[in-house]
Amino acid sequence: MTERRPPLPLVGAWLGLLALLALTVTLAYVPLGAGNAIVALSIGTIKAGLVAAIFMELRHRSGLTLVFAGAGLFWLGILLWLGLMDFMTRT
Amino acid sequence: MSETNYLTTDYTLRSWFLTTDHKRIAILYFASLIFFFFIGGAAATVIRIELATPQGDLVSSDTYNRLFTMHGIIMVWFFLIPSIPNTLGNFVVPLMIGARDLAFPRLNLMSWYIFMLGGCTTLFAIFAGGIDTGWTFYTPFSTLYSNSYVILAAAGVFIAGFSSILTGLNFIVSIHRLRAPGLTWYRLPLFLWSLYATSVILVLATPVLAITLLLIATERFFGVGIFDPRIGGDPLLFQHLFWFYSHPAVYIMILPGMGVINELISCFSRKEVFGYKFVAWASLAIAAVGFLVWGHHMFVSGQSLVASLVFSFMSFIVAVPSAIKVFNWTATLHKGLLRFDAPMLYALGFIGLFTIGGLTGLFLACLAYDVHATDTYFVVAHFHYIMVGGMVTAYFGGLHYWWPKITGRLYSEHWARAAAVLIFFGFNLTFFPQFILGAEGMPRRYHIYPPEFQVWNVLSSGGAAILALAYLMPLFYLGYSAFFGPRAPANPWDAPGLEWQTSSPPPEHNFATQPVVTRKPYQYNRNFQAEPQNA
Ligand code: HEM
Ligand SMILES: [Cu+2]
Repeated sequence: MTERRPPLPLVGAWLGLLALLALTVTLAYVPLGAGNAIVALSIGTIKAGLVAAIFMELRHRSGLTLVFAGAGLFWLGILLWLGLMDFMTRT
Repeated sequence: MSETNYLTTDYTLRSWFLTTDHKRIAILYFASLIFFFFIGGAAATVIRIELATPQGDLVSSDTYNRLFTMHGIIMVWFFLIPSIPNTLGNFVVPLMIGARDLAFPRLNLMSWYIFMLGGCTTLFAIFAGGIDTGWTFYTPFSTLYSNSYVILAAAGVFIAGFSSILTGLNFIVSIHRLRAPGLTWYRLPLFLWSLYATSVILVLATPVLAITLLLIATERFFGVGIFDPRIGGDPLLFQHLFWFYSHPAVYIMILPGMGVINELISCFSRKEVFGYKFVAWASLAIAAVGFLVWGHHMFVSGQSLVASLVFSFMSFIVAVPSAIKVFNWTATLHKGLLRFDAPMLYALGFIGLFTIGGLTGLFLACLAYDVHATDTYFVVAHFHYIMVGGMVTAYFGGLHYWWPKITGRLYSEHWARAAAVLIFFGFNLTFFPQFILGAEGMPRRYHIYPPEFQVWNVLSSGGAAILALAYLMPLFYLGYSAFFGPRAPANPWDAPGLEWQTSSPPPEHNFATQPVVTRKPYQYNRNFQAEPQNA
């Protein structure tokens, strides 16, 4: 914890996130039909990946830490899966 | 006593409010929770007095709504969720694993400050005028119609959530990293398995609650269409998100209690817990499967039939690990050398009350029966049997069991047994009639009801008076014991766990020398004497 990290990757990731945000906003005004949602969600996923890898430093971790981070993702999957189960089968 | 212990190392206020000692933080939490328990209890008292008569003669409908909301919010988030983990858990986890403290002592202190900040925020909302949404904050009422302090109260709950997450994190890391040499996973006391499972839920579910509350604020303030279908939202999304957290959260409110019961049943039967591995894995199974059943709160909400069927089926599955535990506790009693000290009375009470609460959960998990019972007093009785009959009873049991370790004093066994019996009696008189009321169709959350229901309501209110008195008793005899009770020996119950192998109260850093574990937990020899885990 005491070692000092070069801030370069952090700044880079931050700029990357801002760029992706700008992209999301711009693309929202381009009419793509159902494509809009797909594009927005894909960009969101990339952003989440950046945050996990760089801000949360998961790219330097291994083993148990990754298992726990993966568990978070898996549980999010449960929320989407069972939540959509209701949404898709409503009459 | 010549040696200093964690209580006598320093007497200044500063040494308490800036402490990083898990034992002192446990006591900070303990004092705060008593405070919140009284506030929540005061609301319940007014509710029960109002319900003694069919007319609405004591409070207005509006006030009544605010009372049961305040009761629910305080009791769930500011009492029951932190109850066992942050007090008894905080105190005994490092002792049980043979460590000097939790993995992140400062984070532990921070979690208490965050908790208090959240608690004060919600209290402020309550005293500024209150909240009338119920503890469940259902939309569209909470986003569109309610004129009460929804956002402020939700903000308090949101803040307190971070304290839950920090505590969960601290326990997980401590149990992974700080176990004494020789303390393998299958040598951990079952209390630790259940706290581990609880912590996993705390860490995985609480963020979803935080997001959900933020979304309410977003819709309420900015009119962004999230839950309101007129502006593009989904009317059931709130309930999905809320119960994705809150069903697992009900397991946060019972797993630690189950953990305590293992310690009590084994010690007062002088026997190993029957089927250790099954009980250990049952905790994790409950934590995992508990995430797959939330839709059983939405059977009449307009959720799809397919979803209701799946959630109903999963709810039956989740009862299996709970049943395993109940059967294993009873099997542990079999042929044990039973002693009916106060902690054991609480433990036995827990088994019966939890079983009733769990089995009535299965009634509610039946699609057809739930249509009749939902939003009636049957549901209220169901969850009080688990949360109060189960968890609060376990909390009192654990408190009496570890009291000599925490304070270094003994309490009056007579008074303690009397309180335990009175709590059991008062509890049943309060809540059993509510099953009948619910089955007869009395809806929850109304303060005016048809006169036919009065008999059961009067019984329930009478029981509540007994229960309230019984809950006050420990305040006196435990309070007396803390200052004037006889000194407790290191191991008054002759139990084998590591926490009993150091002095009472423990020294600041818990153990004079690092304990080395050589045995499974809960071992007793042929003469029913404990065989310490670190012999
Ligand atoms: C054996 C496992 C359990 C099953 C199958 C079960 C089932 C259910 C069902 C189906 C409901 C919804 C009833 C309705 O609103 O119509 C319900 C409500 C509730 N249960 Fe359980 N339950 C179980 C265990 C627990 C536990 C362990 C707790 C608490 C520690 C708990 C606390 C609650 C609460 C607080 C509610 C009411 C929520 C509200 O609407 O305010 N349940 N339960
Ligand atoms: Cu539930």
